[in-house]
Amino acid sequence: MSHIVVDENRCKACYLCVKECPKHLIKVSKDKVNKLGNSVVEFDDPNHECLGCAMCATRCPDLAISEVYRG
Amino acid sequence: MVECLTNKKVLMKGNYAIANAAVLAGCQCYFGYPITPQSEIGEFMSGKMQELGRAYVSAESELAAINMTIGACSTGVKAMSSSSSCAVALMQEALSYATTDELPVVLVSVMRGGPGLGNIYPSQGDYTQAVKGGGNGDYRTIVLAPSTVQECADLTYKAFYLAQKYRNPTILLADGLLGQMMEPVEFKEYPYPEVDNSSWRLSGTKDHKARIIRSYGPLADDRCVFLEKLFDKYKKLEENETEWEEIGTEDADVVLVSFGSTSRNVKTAVKMCREKGIKAGFFRPITLFPFPNKRLKELSKTVKKFITVEVNMGQMVDDVRLAVNGVVPVELIHKGVGAPPDPEVIFKQIEELI
Amino acid sequence: MATQVFKIPNTIKKDAKFTFCPGCDHGVAVRLVAECLEELGVIDNTIAVCGIGCSVTIYDFIDMDALEAPHGRSVAEATGVKRAKPDKFVFTYSGDGDYASIGLAEGMHAALRGEKITSICINNTTYGMTGGQLGPTTMLGQVTTTSPTGRNIEYYGYPIKLAEHIALCDGTAFSARVSLDTVANIKKAKQAIKKAFEVQLKGLGYSFVEILSTCPTNWRMTPDKAHERVQNEMMQVFKPGIYKDVTVENV
Repeated sequence: MSHIVVDENRCKACYLCVKECPKHLIKVSKDKVNKLGNSVVEFDDPNHECLGCAMCATRCPDLAISEVYRG
Repeated sequence: MVECLTNKKVLMKGNYAIANAAVLAGCQCYFGYPITPQSEIGEFMSGKMQELGRAYVSAESELAAINMTIGACSTGVKAMSSSSSCAVALMQEALSYATTDELPVVLVSVMRGGPGLGNIYPSQGDYTQAVKGGGNGDYRTIVLAPSTVQECADLTYKAFYLAQKYRNPTILLADGLLGQMMEPVEFKEYPYPEVDNSSWRLSGTKDHKARIIRSYGPLADDRCVFLEKLFDKYKKLEENETEWEEIGTEDADVVLVSFGSTSRNVKTAVKMCREKGIKAGFFRPITLFPFPNKRLKELSKTVKKFITVEVNMGQMVDDVRLAVNGVVPVELIHKGVGAPPDPEVIFKQIEELI
Repeated sequence: MATQVFKIPNTIKKDAKFTFCPGCDHGVAVRLVAECLEELGVIDNTIAVCGIGCSVTIYDFIDMDALEAPHGRSVAEATGVKRAKPDKFVFTYSGDGDYASIGLAEGMHAALRGEKITSICINNTTYGMTGGQLGPTTMLGQVTTTSPTGRNIEYYGYPIKLAEHIALCDGTAFSARVSLDTVANIKKAKQAIKKAFEVQLKGLGYSFVEILSTCPTNWRMTPDKAHERVQNEMMQVFKPGIYKDVTVENV
């Protein structure tokens, strides 16, 4: 099952990945914040739509999407 | 082309002697940019280094030359650059970096007239530039001052050794006279042990954890432990490596202090003094940093007057005054630039001053 | 069974976190360099020389031997490293302020001498670390803290096109300009960096990659808008492409 791992400690809340995901599976968290108090991102894929394309990880400038699995 | 001879006396220019000694000391890389009166060093190196399969780069500027030297030194090889006065001025930022990087950069500075473009006559106008450090922040470079062509060779060896041993940039401070004049010189084998640098040199992380050679950086605390350690090193240098020559100081009323090529005529003038019954002594700092403060202070207990002789407007005189600390007067005989004053001229001025 | 298609490169220091501003493409560039070093298997034979500016922090992130050069002098120091140890893999990583302005002579002459090193230069059209002043790559019309009404020719002159200039030097084996504005271009950027590294490994000469990058903080833009600026303005003037590649010409 394709999925990603978000390392919230690395997320600086630039949200470039949110726009990048072709399936819109990355969302701004409602409750989790980083050190600066900015909301981090979350992977939200209840219907298993993730393609494992890794576009989010390729785009992320901070290695916050630390792992991507396909298949 | 001059050969790398050992154990044979040859007639040679100071610049060639420095270059030849550097090759014999195991200098693997030379980086330079032409400037009179030191260009023979680069000319010699361009042929010899290539012949030996070592590195020579005709750099695009002195800025590049000294930074290439830093790069080579970071890998643990012996490397050097050479230049003169206004161009050594361009290298000061890198020398400041090299102290904080703790890299054994060797720089040969063959002084010419200044300030500005100045002229290509000999001069000692860069005493302060070399000894006090012309770059930013608190640091010192080791400074060795030869007075003969033989010493040009011997102190080049020593410059490489001290630079390695203390991991601090070292300047061989010669001048246009020493660089251009010919004298007999004998090259011994490099007399110092090789210093192990395996604990800090950059070589890739095959056999060690990643190393960064860098300034102590913005993350250092405001007490700045690095600077305290650096200056502890300078204390050790003063204790262990201070070197000077002195003649006839035991019973001297007046001691003449002079370094480099100028000291040769001063030595003769001191002899003339003795012949005329003036109790004169001769004192020549060989390491300008560390400066022989302690010995000068001791001498101030028995000597009535010090006179420094320099080819500049009076630079080392400040350090002699600091060492003596007002106990006895310190006078100055000098000329701004050019060949050192003749012994007779110096002698006459000594007579006037005592 | 799912296969892993992305991981943090092994060449990134354990637990290292990039300290660039949010959305800054520097992080992407550092990752691409780290990936290439890993894939080529050269990391433990590498000596990097880092130029002052935001770029210098690369030594905090990649697990390699590194030397910090004074501003503008990274290519000179890399020349010294390579001449002293020709068997080492040597690259410089610096910004446009470092490479294109104060260090232009060093870069060009290393290219002319055909030094067997690689230079990566981040072009974000400003001096980032010092707060966004006009630099050698600042675009015509661009407002910076030292061009408050925008860069005009009469007052400031023109920006420099690095990849084209370096390609003109006879000792250059590879010169390219890439962009990090889209995922597709990030992939192309990686190919260029890898090619530049391979050119060094083959000993063909100097290799150079200019990377168009963002500085959202000093551009006063969101990371997203910053990428739009790269596409709409920067890439129109600083055109991505391979300007020299001796491996192709030699075929």
